[in-house]
Amino acid sequence: MMGEDFVRFSLAPLLIGALAAMACALPGNFLLLRRQAMIGDAISHVVLPGIVVAFLLTGSVSTWPMLLGALGAAAVSAVLIELVRRIGRVEPGAAMGVVFTTLFALGVLLLERASLGNVHLDVQHALYGNLESLIWLRSSGWASLTDPKALATLPEELPRMAAVAGLMGLLTLIFWRPLKISTFDEGFARSLGIPVRMVSFGLVLAAAAACVAAFDAVGSIIVIAMLVCPPATARLMTDRLATQVWLSLAFAVFAAVLGYVLAGYGPLWLGGEDSVSAAGMIATVSGLTLGIAALYGPHRRRDEAGEPQAL
Amino acid sequence: MEILLQALTLRLGHNAMLATLGAGMFGLAAGASGAFLVLRKRALVSDAMAHATLPGLALAFLLMAALGGEGRGLLGLMLGSAISAALGLLAVDWLTRRTRLTEDAAIGAVLASFFGFGVVLMTVIQTLPFGRKAGLESFLLGSTAGMLRADALTILVGGLIALGATLLLRRPMTLVAFDPEYAAASGVKVQRIDLAMMALAGGIMVVGLKIVGLVLAVAMLILPAAAARFWTDRVGRVVWGAGLIGGVSGYLGTALSAIAPRLPTGPMVVLTAAAIFLVSMIFAPGRGALALWSARRGFGRRLKLRAGLLDLAQGRRPSAEAARELRRAGFLSAAGEATDSGRAAAREAAEDESLWARAREILPPEALAGRDDGATPLRAALTPDEWSLVRGVSA
Repeated sequence: MMGEDFVRFSLAPLLIGALAAMACALPGNFLLLRRQAMIGDAISHVVLPGIVVAFLLTGSVSTWPMLLGALGAAAVSAVLIELVRRIGRVEPGAAMGVVFTTLFALGVLLLERASLGNVHLDVQHALYGNLESLIWLRSSGWASLTDPKALATLPEELPRMAAVAGLMGLLTLIFWRPLKISTFDEGFARSLGIPVRMVSFGLVLAAAAACVAAFDAVGSIIVIAMLVCPPATARLMTDRLATQVWLSLAFAVFAAVLGYVLAGYGPLWLGGEDSVSAAGMIATVSGLTLGIAALYGPHRRRDEAGEPQAL
Repeated sequence: MEILLQALTLRLGHNAMLATLGAGMFGLAAGASGAFLVLRKRALVSDAMAHATLPGLALAFLLMAALGGEGRGLLGLMLGSAISAALGLLAVDWLTRRTRLTEDAAIGAVLASFFGFGVVLMTVIQTLPFGRKAGLESFLLGSTAGMLRADALTILVGGLIALGATLLLRRPMTLVAFDPEYAAASGVKVQRIDLAMMALAGGIMVVGLKIVGLVLAVAMLILPAAAARFWTDRVGRVVWGAGLIGGVSGYLGTALSAIAPRLPTGPMVVLTAAAIFLVSMIFAPGRGALALWSARRGFGRRLKLRAGLLDLAQGRRPSAEAARELRRAGFLSAAGEATDSGRAAAREAAEDESLWARAREILPPEALAGRDDGATPLRAALTPDEWSLVRGVSA
């Protein structure tokens, strides 16, 4: 599997999967500690109506309108959730449930009613993604990595995902201190003059951007799984936030790589002929990793004295 | 229009009739039991359960296909999904209780990994040479089109059972949802009722899988309850209101989806419920947005009117805003002079104000908390006992 075929068929999906997993896991760490883990679930549901509306408006399936549509839908849903919570005085979980299921239903209906012709846009694609199809057709073995002509034909998702993952890393580094303090002790953060609400809003916005970018490349299952599972696994391994973040990146890459390999080659080892869904397998691996950490992780239990976190 | 009427009056064929009736039952049970979940703030746990049905569904299909069947028997598929939904629920419960993870993280993790595993199994099924797999995708988003008679009957019976179980459990669930501490003190096993409540929700969702699909099943638990909350504050009424809204949504949505192609059942049912939710949020008397808005406006106007009357009583010129309210009430003439009724009302207001001052002195502050809003006459704010006490002291 190390030869020409690997570079052509597996290298790009592996890299894209790992980058998408890291881009989601990074903001996921903070969402987890702020008890906002379900935001990823909500965002990945409302992305569908966003891209459908973008398609209906522009009539094309090009990337940028879709990304903008998805991000717009995420913003609209955030406003709607707040509205329902305020006016309806229902708890945040239920408000979220109301909004994301309704918007998703609307998205499905629009998708079914709009005559999409042969355009590749369907619900299954949105859910499962198509990691396997992101192949590097023009490559001819490892040498292509130094060949500018061949590099230019890499799937465009790869540089985009790399940029988003890099951006997430950069944002985490720049805003590390305000993020950390406002996550653990909002009152203290406010007394230091940290704009707590801005930090919270920025975090959700960054998570939405990561979700939307990853969603386009790898589908919503990976997005939901990677926002929650690797950070949750890491949380059961350590008390230190910095260690948790690094570990979550490692778990994310582990799940992406092992999941992809198992999906692609596992059935062959078992005597089958066709591969299974890589997105599904990556989510499964991340869930299993969490299960193992929940059984054996050194910091799996709740501390007696609440949450004495090392800042 | 005619076809819609036919669908609504169950004249689009025998199976469509059974499916529509079953969807109505399902909506009724889902709405009513969802109300308990929303009141207990456990609504999203059922989202994890709904997504967790996928691997069970796929495994049941594989098992039935391996045993030589078509793999489409709804009862077997429902059984499989019920088992894996239960496993999902246990996993959420286990992660929340045994580790430091919060419930929302447990929900997200279980939802994603169970669903992911289900997708893996679905791709396995797609490559198999046997079984009729075409129907399996319909469980994602729900579809009652081309349903077999046996399936429709299964849904109808399942809906009836779910409804019966909801009725049976409604007393302890009401108790737990309304006041868990009181329930625990009066000997109700809260944790067991909670688990039964979740199991019931899981069972209801399994019944609804074929109708609304697993991605949207949770909507039928949350939307009716959230909509019913706008109409009343009382737990019992929220439950039955939610049941009613859910039932109507299930019935109407399924009927609507039958009248034309490419109107998927799940989204149609959910959007019907969402429309009812939206109407309730805006127009419901008492707690709807319009009612709240006009109540707030009315209160502001009463405050201004009272300030104007007090000004009149003390011979001051009322502010322009207060004067407008006074004029509207006929207490001020167009020329800005107080009318006879205006003078009388001003006297009354001044008297009431001095009574209020006395009441604030002699009654404990907590007795007036929430009632001393600056616009309500004392007599309307106090109990008869308190009123005669204050009157007695000032007389």
